[in-house]
Amino acid sequence: MSTLAYDGTAMLGRQLRRARNNPGLLILTQTMPISMLLFFGYVFGSALAVPGAGYRSFLVPGLLVATAAGGVMTGMFQSAQDVHRGVTDRLRTLPMSRAAVPVGQAAADVLVTAAGTVPFLLVGLAVGWRVEGSALGAVGALALLLLFRFACVWIGMFLGLLTRNEEAAGQLGGATFLLPLLSSAYIPTAGLPDGLRTVAEWNPISAVATALRELFGNAPVPEGAAWPVAHPVAGSLGWCAVLLAVFVPLAVRQYGRGRG
Amino acid sequence: MTTTYAVLSEGLEKRFGTVHALRGLDLAVAEGTVCGVLGPNGAGKTTAVRLLTTLLRPDAGSARIAGHDLVREAAAVRRRIAVTGQDTSIDGDLTGRENLRLFARLHRVDGAAVRAAALLDRFGLTEAADRPASGYSGGMRRRLDLAASLIRRPEVLFLDEPTTGLDPASRNLIWDVVRELTGEGTTVLLTTQYLEEADRLADDIALVDRGRVAQTGSPAELKALVGTHAEVVVADADALPAAAGVLDRLTGSLPSVDPERNAVGAVAKDPTLTLPHLVRTLDAAGVPLLDASLRPPTLDDVFLRLTDGHHVHHPRDDKERAA
Repeated sequence: MSTLAYDGTAMLGRQLRRARNNPGLLILTQTMPISMLLFFGYVFGSALAVPGAGYRSFLVPGLLVATAAGGVMTGMFQSAQDVHRGVTDRLRTLPMSRAAVPVGQAAADVLVTAAGTVPFLLVGLAVGWRVEGSALGAVGALALLLLFRFACVWIGMFLGLLTRNEEAAGQLGGATFLLPLLSSAYIPTAGLPDGLRTVAEWNPISAVATALRELFGNAPVPEGAAWPVAHPVAGSLGWCAVLLAVFVPLAVRQYGRGRG
Repeated sequence: MTTTYAVLSEGLEKRFGTVHALRGLDLAVAEGTVCGVLGPNGAGKTTAVRLLTTLLRPDAGSARIAGHDLVREAAAVRRRIAVTGQDTSIDGDLTGRENLRLFARLHRVDGAAVRAAALLDRFGLTEAADRPASGYSGGMRRRLDLAASLIRRPEVLFLDEPTTGLDPASRNLIWDVVRELTGEGTTVLLTTQYLEEADRLADDIALVDRGRVAQTGSPAELKALVGTHAEVVVADADALPAAAGVLDRLTGSLPSVDPERNAVGAVAKDPTLTLPHLVRTLDAAGVPLLDASLRPPTLDDVFLRLTDGHHVHHPRDDKERAA
């Protein structure tokens, strides 16, 4: 375990240094949700009515979760890039903990994400979003958000190690932008046709977005929703537990196997 | 006194789908020596390195690296080896210094910063040390890659085509480093398509062809297998039989006569045959000599002869890994 902690910290340091050396990429990934907040908030906001909340107050937690789901893309791209560049091969010939590479990568990603929520929430405050519940609830919301990000990065790392191809990972990663569209990240699911509504409410993004809205006190839990949305905090924790239980072992095993 | 082998493999096999990349590879590399694994594209060289460095698991066969079983004691093997592949394996988003410090930490080297600085200096990278490695030239990347392999002196160093596509300065630096390392007791297994490289560095050569070792020996032994080619040109055709007689006697092999050029050639198995001796003997026999030459065999000759010349090699095109 101490090997894992030591090597994991070294790998975490590597990812943070990479982020620091590449500030352009970091700024770009932070700009995206902010521009979506302004664009959606003012364009859709005038047309959409959300029960019990203003649209921008509803949108801020939704975009936080949609951005966290982008961890699938980030994890996939970074892992595929490491395989492609031969970094994974070198690490695999070192006498280090095998799990340390994905663990360090996921931990670093969570730290970068945490830092990224600060400017986003400042813009959120500027457009009228507020913590309307308790401070403890707000802390719980952020913790849940980061836990969800952590789970998403593991999905991505597994897929990246599986595809091993930077370009394919980029293409597939683009598709992950579609996932929040079929969830309650941007719109209330109550207005959707029955079949679509069920799919959207079983999308983990919906459970986490609803949980954040409840914990921040931004919008009430919708009536008559599927179980994970009707019990959003328990539902979100359950989703994270399931995703981690599946993808942590898969990613670690795939890392150990390498190619061939 | 028995020889200790740093690398000892028996019957290593690896398949990728329908491609039988290794068909029973037997290698024995004595401690502290340089073994050159030489072979055409697709012979299985890279696959062999990937197996021997624990990156791939063999389908059959076994190997011991520095005394440890490749499969059952993979962690112990990893503590004793280092690899520099033909594709560089450094992080382009980190600087050269950051790369080396990271690998030093992962190797549990005390004073990672000092070690990194010393290696940067040794590999001529001090000036570029704090720039992202993605901006390095091919030669610089390869040097940084090799430096990363030498964070801790490995017992066995695997170099997969270390100088393919490199400028002469980087190539010479890498050759010097290999010689230094063997001087300190490291065993080096290097694959190459450059016969000159194997000739200069290797104590022993394993010629690999179609997934097997076709021939092993020192460069001199392999050359002796092919022999020295002697050729003389005489002033008129009447002297050809006399010249052929002398060559027959000196080389012990049947001379071939080229009447159009008034030339006679033969292959000398005896490596001690010298040009003055050849010329004096022909002169004493009254042969009107116009030209005489002895061409020692190159490893190219060995290579072509032992692999039946069934391939043409294209450097920089050796992607024999699984598709």
